[in-house]
Amino acid sequence: MMVHALVQAGCGHPGGAFSSVDIMIGLYFAVMKLDCNNPHWEERDRFILSKGHSSVAFYSVLSLAGFLCHESLMTFRQDGSLLSGHPDMHKVPGVEASTGSLGHGLSIGAGLALSGKMDRKKYRVFVLMGDGETQEGSVWEAAMFSRHYKLDNLVGIIDRNKLQIDGSTEKIMALEPYRAKWKSFGWEVKVIDGHNMRQIVNVFKNIPFRKGAPSLVIANTVKGKGISFMEDKPEWHGRPLKGRYADIARQEIECF
Amino acid sequence: MAKSLRLEYGKHLARLGKKYPNLVALEADLKESTQSVQFEQAYPRRYIEFGVAEQNMVCVAAGLALGGKIPIVHSFACFISMRACEQIRTSIAYPKLNVKFMASHAGVSAGTAGVTHHAIEDIAIMRAIPNMTVLAPGDAREVREALEVALEHKGPVYIRISASEVEDVYMVSHKFSIGKASELRKGNDLAIITTGTMVHEGVLASDTLKREFGINARVLQIASIKPIDRDSIIKAAKETGCVLTIEEHNIIGGLGSAVCEIVSEIGNARVKRIGITDHFCEVGSFRYLMKSEGLITEMIVKKALDFKKNEAWA
Repeated sequence: MMVHALVQAGCGHPGGAFSSVDIMIGLYFAVMKLDCNNPHWEERDRFILSKGHSSVAFYSVLSLAGFLCHESLMTFRQDGSLLSGHPDMHKVPGVEASTGSLGHGLSIGAGLALSGKMDRKKYRVFVLMGDGETQEGSVWEAAMFSRHYKLDNLVGIIDRNKLQIDGSTEKIMALEPYRAKWKSFGWEVKVIDGHNMRQIVNVFKNIPFRKGAPSLVIANTVKGKGISFMEDKPEWHGRPLKGRYADIARQEIECF
Repeated sequence: MAKSLRLEYGKHLARLGKKYPNLVALEADLKESTQSVQFEQAYPRRYIEFGVAEQNMVCVAAGLALGGKIPIVHSFACFISMRACEQIRTSIAYPKLNVKFMASHAGVSAGTAGVTHHAIEDIAIMRAIPNMTVLAPGDAREVREALEVALEHKGPVYIRISASEVEDVYMVSHKFSIGKASELRKGNDLAIITTGTMVHEGVLASDTLKREFGINARVLQIASIKPIDRDSIIKAAKETGCVLTIEEHNIIGGLGSAVCEIVSEIGNARVKRIGITDHFCEVGSFRYLMKSEGLITEMIVKKALDFKKNEAWA
């Protein structure tokens, strides 16, 4: 689905979409409380794709989950389409917040979580971030804030594919010791294999990980997962999937 | 009697807390300066302190609005409009979320605090953002009314207020509304168009021009910078042919520019912009700076006379 949409569009961000799609599938099909017939149901769990550039994965999951029809998915990034390279909450059902500018999503999620607490609502808020994204200072403002207000209905998830546009995260602007950083901000942290569905589903079973603390899941992933020539290659962050590469990707996905 | 706009604002916000149960006040460590403290005292559970972190404050406001709250974000105009500019543009204005910004210490009203705390660019920045409503009320009454209409309006609103103390200018009959100018003095010789607290100097200049020079200067207060009252501006331009704009803001991108954008399309009047002439101000108290920038009555009168005199050459 993602491969078709990316090929059709002739542009987009394949790498981070393939690294994060398993997490989104786990959330939408085994973790979050949602109703695709009533996308604005008040008690629903909220998902915010802070790394908005993985929209093609998000749209595909929304389509599988019944929020979006397959035909619209194929208009991804086409002229006049509702499906932008970064999701617009007013154009796509099931999208909670318009994202794409890195470093905004965790704060937005914290606001939603705080609003839920004020209204004594039971919903939980899941925010998926890129690892490179957390180089934005505002992420750490949000991290501090969420702990201060004891937002244990907030779950941050890091797609830790260890690559950003210009290269390896550790080479560009080191994040390690990553777990320790989040822990020092008062978050309760768990690390999983972000492509192992059992681990993905299990980790979200016991939220909050600790009462009174926001939860963080570091999901170790592979950028471009599932497409041989794309795996672990930073150049596939935002490269158009076309020509020979499109054919190989289609074949590999079909064999899978 | 001169009134502190911030005190009046804070008092009114606390008053409105009852009418709007979803109203929440957000603050970044400046509660006394912005007077959000009055809301905190009245509704402690609906007051959210962020510490010194404006970018997070703005995006959390987005999340609170998504959760059905009406967040009102407090800080100095310079920090709201510049430190958190991209957060406002992308996470509030683009999705059209119902968030209000109360930007205090607008213009050079932070005085001797210096350039870091002045905001002479915020009107230009905020009015260039689609979906944003930009208000600059001129006295205590207009501040209260601007707050009321902002809370009734669905969508983002940026309200800039001065930290200075100002006299009342409005009569009881005045009613502020978004997109409408108010005419405080009639006249067809010249139009003085003001925004924010410059309305006071505008009115005094008009009175002086009439009394001492027999010039009838219309005064239009534009407290709603965006949307702007196009019709009143066109009418003033047509009937006077001579428009003077006064703002406590850089003359690039502010009220003067907004008026020029309209008048130049009609082409029936000359416009002279009075404001801060594209420089950072020197060290000085608010009063000192207003004088050095030519934003006091006597200098506005002088500029108006020069402008009228040059009319013959045009």
